[in-house]
Amino acid sequence: MTLALSVGLLVGGGVYLMMRRDMLRIALGFTLLSHGVNLMLISAGGTAWRDEPFGTHTDTATVADPLPQAFVLTAIVISFSISVLLFVTAAVGRRNDNTRPEIDEQDGDPARDPASEVKH
Amino acid sequence: MDTGMSHDTIGAMLALFVAVPLLAAGLLVIFRKVVWLQPVVLFAVLGASLAGALALIAELAGGEVIAHGVGNFAFGVAIPFAADMFTALMLTTTAILALLSAWFAAASGHLREPFFAPMVLVLMTGVYGALLTADAFNFFVFIEVMLLPSYGLYATTIHRRGGDLMLGGMRLYIAANLLASTTLLAGVAMVYATAGTVNLGQLAGAASEDPMVAIAMSIVLLAMLTKAAVVPVHSWLARTYAYTSPAMTALISGLHTKVAVYAIYRFYAVVFDGDTRFLWILVALFTATMLIGVLGAVGEKTTRSILVFHMISQLGYILMGVALFTELGLTAGIFYLVHHMLVKASLFLSTGAVEVKYGTGELDKVTDIARREPLIAVSFFAAALSLAGIPPFSGFVAKFSLMLGTFEAGRYIALAVMVIVSLITLLSMLKIWNGMFWGDPKTPAPDPAAGQDPDGEGATLGGGVALVTRTEETRTEDDTETAPRRRISLWLAAPAAILALLTLAIGLGGEVLLGWAETAAHGLMDTTGYVEAVSNS
Repeated sequence: MTLALSVGLLVGGGVYLMMRRDMLRIALGFTLLSHGVNLMLISAGGTAWRDEPFGTHTDTATVADPLPQAFVLTAIVISFSISVLLFVTAAVGRRNDNTRPEIDEQDGDPARDPASEVKH
Repeated sequence: MDTGMSHDTIGAMLALFVAVPLLAAGLLVIFRKVVWLQPVVLFAVLGASLAGALALIAELAGGEVIAHGVGNFAFGVAIPFAADMFTALMLTTTAILALLSAWFAAASGHLREPFFAPMVLVLMTGVYGALLTADAFNFFVFIEVMLLPSYGLYATTIHRRGGDLMLGGMRLYIAANLLASTTLLAGVAMVYATAGTVNLGQLAGAASEDPMVAIAMSIVLLAMLTKAAVVPVHSWLARTYAYTSPAMTALISGLHTKVAVYAIYRFYAVVFDGDTRFLWILVALFTATMLIGVLGAVGEKTTRSILVFHMISQLGYILMGVALFTELGLTAGIFYLVHHMLVKASLFLSTGAVEVKYGTGELDKVTDIARREPLIAVSFFAAALSLAGIPPFSGFVAKFSLMLGTFEAGRYIALAVMVIVSLITLLSMLKIWNGMFWGDPKTPAPDPAAGQDPDGEGATLGGGVALVTRTEETRTEDDTETAPRRRISLWLAAPAAILALLTLAIGLGGEVLLGWAETAAHGLMDTTGYVEAVSNS
């Protein structure tokens, strides 16, 4: 039950942040979302078995399911790499990290002047 | 064809589809300074995978299934790789597309972008892995392996010219796919929690017996429907594929959404066992997809955004095969899948070639291509007729058999929508033809750098994001000359032309592919062969 509540809280927070306008918050929302789903994966292995699946004398009656742990380990790495990419896209915006689809008007920044860019 | 190899040997070799591209990609990253090595290794590996996939078709034409548990662990422990006719067909088609898109990328200068060749190879690793795996979590991992290099490839189209539009496209692309992947992962977690396994062999029929597994699996399907851009969740595709480079759009058009389609077919056939109780939901969704996708296409103004909306509409057609779940319906759906991947890539490559050399894909800005570039015009026209389903081409066979299947299943509304949508498809294809290929011959051809700045004056959505490699040379050209000078070389036009020929060949000699599709559909109708092979792997 605690796990279910935590998953709900994390996913709710993630969804709220994803609905925000700036990219940084969206990326943070995705981080929360993947935390939530990782907890979900862990809970899929059953929560009644709390012993760590280490060593040789593990008792299958009390030891936790190792397969979801391997799943989570993989999923963490994957979501980490994509999060990094998302944060980079938040940082490389021209002036801000707004996610508006319309075209912003030119601001006359010579370093970013498109005409000079095309000619190299 | 008898290769003389036992199925065990071939099964063990299935992992080569994943191992070889991955290894080659690693090598190319190490030797990234050796410029000549990049295309050589890229085309060698892509060609080898095509050969391997064709050999697999020959081997599995009788409807056999080959499976192999990686690492020789016991069934249920090992990650199984399995191949039946459906897998082999998909492997072949994706290999053809990757090869020709890479050719186009080489001709348009995209290959010179940093890490292009290794990223394409990793992309193909993910595609082959996702097609071959028979394990839901491993499928998720391969989907990510396929997506991450795509983000990288998307990014290489931005780094020189900047542009908030393209950056916005990339953000949306990552965000939409990450959300779908996370949903997929949540679905897999629930499948594991309810069924206790993620192995397709053990999950066979689980969703039709246990409603808990059915709910969990439907979340997996929801994630795949998002990736396949089915109507309630389709808009991300229309606003991302159009904003990258033409080579990149062509490359991913046949891979990402189609792997999702493959997964929907496979999961629904194996885990749901083709449960007829839920088919009406799918029929409703895919009918809406056909209609709304094509209506979106009519409203667009650049070639690539029109084609992207068409892709959504056609995905509705393809997926209708699984929503019918009859032998005829599945055969038609699989045939449609293969036909559509080839045709769509051909369309993206022919209009992409125009974008590369004329700088924009906006209708009425670049005109009279039919006179300037006859080869491109012929390729486009052939593929466009095929997309609309006109007799000599493969689209007719695909649409006709799908309509027969729909009629047989008694889905009359879907049938009516199919016919209407075909007309609207033809309409918007003619719109591209009129706006780009016909026109006043006196109109000067646009500067290749036209619309190069997506944020600047006269920025176009979708158009003007092409790579210009010969700006200086073409600038001096006298654009008002009466005899048009050809800008698109044979080298650049060839991939589109080859695919157009292929769709004609499939249209004239459709029986071969139809026979293969029937074998594949048979494997989906009756999954015992697949499940047995996976269980004995």
